[in-house]
Amino acid sequence: MRFTGYQAEGFYDESFQENGLPRPHNRLMVETIQSLPEGQLVRSKVAAERMMLNMGITFNVYGDSAGAERIFPFDLVPRIVAAEEWTWIERGLKQRIHALNEFIDDIYHDQKILKDGVVPRDVIESAVFFRPQCQGLNPPRRVWCHITGTDLVRDGSGRFFVLEDNLRVPSGVSYVLENREVLKRTFPQLFEGLAIRPVLDYPSRLLETLESVAPAGVDQPRAVVLTPGVYNSAYFEHSFLALQMGLQLVEGRDLTVSDGYVYMRTTRGLKRVDVIYRRVDDDFLDPLVFRPDSLLGVPGIMDAYRAGHVNLANAPGNGVADDKVVYAFVPAMIRYYEGEDAILPNVPTYLCVKDDDRKYVLENLEKLVVKAANESGGYGMLVGPASTKDQREQFAARIQASPRTYIAQPTLALSRVPTLIDDHFEGRHVDLRPYVLYGKDIYVLPGGLTRVALRKGSLVVNSSQGGGSKDTWVLAQTPAPREPAGGGQQ
Amino acid sequence: MIQPTNPLLSRVADSAYWMARYIERAENVARVAAVNFHLMLDLPSDLGNQWQALVQTTGDAKVFRERHGEAMADNVIEFLAFDRDNPNSIASCLFAARENARSIRDTISSEMWEQINGMYLQFTSPRPGGVELKSAVVRGAADLLSEYFRRVRMACHLFHGITDVTMSHNEPWHFLRLGRDLERADKTTRILDVKYFILLPSVSEVGTPFDDIQWSALLKSVSGFEMYRKRFGRVSPDRVVEFMLMDGEFPRAVRYCVGEADASLHSITGTRTGNFSCPSEQRLGLLRSELDYTQTGAILAGGLHEFLDGLQTRMNAIDGCILEDFFTLPLAAAATVRGGRS
Repeated sequence: MRFTGYQAEGFYDESFQENGLPRPHNRLMVETIQSLPEGQLVRSKVAAERMMLNMGITFNVYGDSAGAERIFPFDLVPRIVAAEEWTWIERGLKQRIHALNEFIDDIYHDQKILKDGVVPRDVIESAVFFRPQCQGLNPPRRVWCHITGTDLVRDGSGRFFVLEDNLRVPSGVSYVLENREVLKRTFPQLFEGLAIRPVLDYPSRLLETLESVAPAGVDQPRAVVLTPGVYNSAYFEHSFLALQMGLQLVEGRDLTVSDGYVYMRTTRGLKRVDVIYRRVDDDFLDPLVFRPDSLLGVPGIMDAYRAGHVNLANAPGNGVADDKVVYAFVPAMIRYYEGEDAILPNVPTYLCVKDDDRKYVLENLEKLVVKAANESGGYGMLVGPASTKDQREQFAARIQASPRTYIAQPTLALSRVPTLIDDHFEGRHVDLRPYVLYGKDIYVLPGGLTRVALRKGSLVVNSSQGGGSKDTWVLAQTPAPREPAGGGQQ
Repeated sequence: MIQPTNPLLSRVADSAYWMARYIERAENVARVAAVNFHLMLDLPSDLGNQWQALVQTTGDAKVFRERHGEAMADNVIEFLAFDRDNPNSIASCLFAARENARSIRDTISSEMWEQINGMYLQFTSPRPGGVELKSAVVRGAADLLSEYFRRVRMACHLFHGITDVTMSHNEPWHFLRLGRDLERADKTTRILDVKYFILLPSVSEVGTPFDDIQWSALLKSVSGFEMYRKRFGRVSPDRVVEFMLMDGEFPRAVRYCVGEADASLHSITGTRTGNFSCPSEQRLGLLRSELDYTQTGAILAGGLHEFLDGLQTRMNAIDGCILEDFFTLPLAAAATVRGGRS
């Protein structure tokens, strides 16, 4: 299968240079794909899709009872990140997550950063996901964000930026592991030829992280995975991670609180639980503390948590740092807590709550991407260049009515990666979500979920909006430079 | 006694038990349907409506009559194989088995899950198999239909095999076996009951070739024809009853299934055989020992149907006890922490 006719169309292409030759770290991949027999790649894709359906690697589509499950679309062409790029990303993520954890701990204790005027107090107090109920809590090791899925993007020059921090219940890591399994079967020769850093030890790392943050004095902690249940869109991932870690997958109704401890109901009575990797949102965790109508949670679990009898990963309250207005202050936080400049830059962000910024945003809506500060999944968003006049007017009205709710960013010309479309390759925009674990120390999974906007020209990569995924290969070392293909001998 | 490294959630035990029951139920529907279908090809067309007998076997005759009226080939096949409004159709059973499996995916092996999920996708889809099948029935094309039932049966066997070799023989595995064996025992009693009441309306047919064909069909529907031959040789009604009810070696015989279920239950509780620690164990043990020491002659003398009816009632009661003993933990237990680690 050939890349003949493949065009970068003026975008930063991660696999090909402007002169049409593969980038050095992509050369072997491109050559291998070109050498496949005609039709082979399409056949591999069909076979992989059938396998995924049979394995039930699906997500649920809400409100669709007949064919309620679909596979998450994926593309077989890998996205490759060079070794030196990754070294820098990894350093940047460690720095950022460390600072964010300091920030959350500070916000729920002394609030020094507010007192010192680095972050305005009203920004925090008006954040939808700020949880006053978490004031004064002391999670083991002072770690709040055990699992983070930071979204990174590259702009037209290929430079990486942080798009958002996901510190609540980031999902998608199961697709990283499944995509890797599929690609190992599809391109075994590439895994022999390239030093691709493994990702399949993620479940072991996660288990280690969970056990490392057990309540004080518990020698052999029992950890469990808490899921909202089989109808949750990410249920496959919850069961997959539980199975891979050898942990019990529990629902809220399996747990009960007695004398300040959390127990699960077993065939031999109640058994104590020490660490809960919860995939249930804060709001639904404990009907006594958060939403009283929640049936997914466990009444009294927050009391047990407050008493230090159980640990929750991630900690409740983290959402305060997911707010997109708070996001704009992360570089300042890094300077404040770490005494360093941020290694990974933020995307420039206009805060509509500031008069000057709002004026600029309203005058330049057709150039900007406007986002709601507390939405995710690609909802509540205006992509200026692709918008109609009506949509812009609606957003202008919303921004004026509720400036705190909106931020705006320049429309980035997101980088592209070749993607199999029907029977040929076309460039599609991508982002990257690496996963970061924080227990005894900070670990960054080498790779992560590459999400790809499968619709032509689309910049929105979310699965709910027509996005798919790709395997992400982080190289342990950059291959030695060679003559261009066909031009010499090894 | 099993020393679980990971204690078993009541909900998980419940789902394992029901997952296995539903798989077994789907298999039995396929078995009985296939055998009856073949049987009818051998019988003169004036020998009553055998489709009605088929519906009778499942215990859903009332539901069927309300919805479909008279039993015909196409509506019976539709009802038994694809009807999602019939909770005991193959499609419904596979759906329920899969929903249970889905909720305990972290407990069963990936291979088991893939098998159940694959069965669901393969056998319940209304297209293209369903349309083909329906038209096949109308055309009288028996090959496709037989092939469908054969595949369902083989897929269920494969599931049991996969379960045996990929899942630790631990507590949830025993709950799975318990569900499977109780369901299997129940279905064998129903198959036997139907023969006695529906297939044999008049005494004048006893001993005729048709009678021989029918008893043989009965044995075939539990895959027992060959094993019966080895054990008893000629087909005679009382020996078929003896074989299907009381055989201690044939895996679908009621006594064998009850014995296996009893063994699994003792493995779960850790109580020695011959003793009991909870109502389900007491009742199941009592049933097992009764079957061990009852003679077929006495059953036939007292009325087979009455005996089978009694068996079904008692097995339902055992099912109820299992629910109370293991699956629903009374809230009061929350105060007394059994086996906690504090």
